[in-house]
Amino acid sequence: MRAFAVAQPEDLAEAVAMLADEPAARLLAGGTDLIIGLRDGSIQVPVVIDVKRIRELDAQIADADGGLVIGARTAMTEIAADPRIRARYTALAEGAAVVGSVQIRNRATLAGNICNASPAADTTPALLVFGATVVVRGPAGERRIPIDDVFVSSGVTTIRRDEIVTRVALPALAGRVGSTHVRRTRRRGHDLASVTIAVALLESGETRLAYGSVGPRPLLGIDTTGVLADPGASDTARQRILDELFADAAPSVGSMRASPEYRLAMLRVLALRAVDTARARRDGAAA
Amino acid sequence: MTSTPTPTPNPAPQDPVTPPDAALNLVVNGRERRVQVRPHHSLLEVLRADLGLTGTKECCLVGECGACTVLLDGRSVDACLVLAVEANGADVVTVEGLAFAGALDPLQQAFLDHGAAQCGFCIPGQLIAARALLTANPRPSRAEVEEGLAGNLCRCAGYEQIIEAVLDASEQDTGAGADRSPDRVAAPVSDPAATPDANLAPQ
Repeated sequence: MRAFAVAQPEDLAEAVAMLADEPAARLLAGGTDLIIGLRDGSIQVPVVIDVKRIRELDAQIADADGGLVIGARTAMTEIAADPRIRARYTALAEGAAVVGSVQIRNRATLAGNICNASPAADTTPALLVFGATVVVRGPAGERRIPIDDVFVSSGVTTIRRDEIVTRVALPALAGRVGSTHVRRTRRRGHDLASVTIAVALLESGETRLAYGSVGPRPLLGIDTTGVLADPGASDTARQRILDELFADAAPSVGSMRASPEYRLAMLRVLALRAVDTARARRDGAAA
Repeated sequence: MTSTPTPTPNPAPQDPVTPPDAALNLVVNGRERRVQVRPHHSLLEVLRADLGLTGTKECCLVGECGACTVLLDGRSVDACLVLAVEANGADVVTVEGLAFAGALDPLQQAFLDHGAAQCGFCIPGQLIAARALLTANPRPSRAEVEEGLAGNLCRCAGYEQIIEAVLDASEQDTGAGADRSPDRVAAPVSDPAATPDANLAPQ
């Protein structure tokens, strides 16, 4: 690896000041993406700021206002295992559970998955369907960014270079909710997804569906008609809803993981399966 | 060389400021170690080059293959994706620390019994990943073993024997294996660098 310095600030104000002084610095949380880039030379920085010793950033998942607040140092292993997330935000637990391997999940953080902004990220569709909020701290103070406003394109977010994610908030969910995360990979086990989908089905019949790996950023669609989640609806009616939800799907032509045609076809197959699973969970037929 | 390339007019700056070394204190296989490390060196480099613990293998360097798996505060991690300075104050267990008081870890014995090691290169990582799995889940199902070892590739494709060995060792874990948690404190017998001089050896 090309030489760089490592700073290990112990409080948030100090870390924010370091970022302001050195705009080319990069933040290190789990390091499962950053260290690869540092090693292959695609990321070259004078200094890496390790956020894991900042006392204001914790690795806790706390109850807050009926929802949950996830500290910026929380790793995928903890998210996948948390009983509250498994019960109430199931799609997020399922997404976190398939990130990389055990070794990767023991290091990789939810905050890092957001900031890395991979279109194939396994947790971002779930965060979109639940309407998560990303809380950041910069020189001007704290900002709360709705997750749908975070992603711009692959590797690009609206989180500024001088801001640090401090936590991710999941809102309270009213009534019965069922959700799931499904994905398509080339092989079982450790692989990046060719299609990822999260679905949350609300008590009202509203379906919130987010998908990734089929364009430069994960996208959220909402079916407020109730048709998608209606087991009595015709295939034609459901497909018409899917046409609208997937109107902006734009899979990359050059990707080696799957062809655009395959991804678009799988989106529809997986979406209907995910809706059925979410409905069964909402209605208590399966956990 | 018969022809020399034209010098680049503006060569890329080569690390104009060399960051100073950092003091690293950690416990490796039950022993306190103190070394000066380059800030950009990985835990893998420090274990192998500075501490002489070459059981942990270097392979893909992108967190895909698991050959460099070690326990960091009891959790399995790819040592190629951890900077050494991140491990300051941590407890690390490498494959050299699995055998205890002259006795192999039940997993090591099971790997031998099942012929799970072919070329052997992936085995240190497989053993550490399996140790983490059995410590967290002493009675895994076959599917849980497959998932627990999904981050460890075997180029000999010896997966069947590896999975059988882990399942076999898990059944033995009622006795000797049950207290083999990574936080036990004891000097391993097989640490090749376990001499006072090696403690501060630079490379």
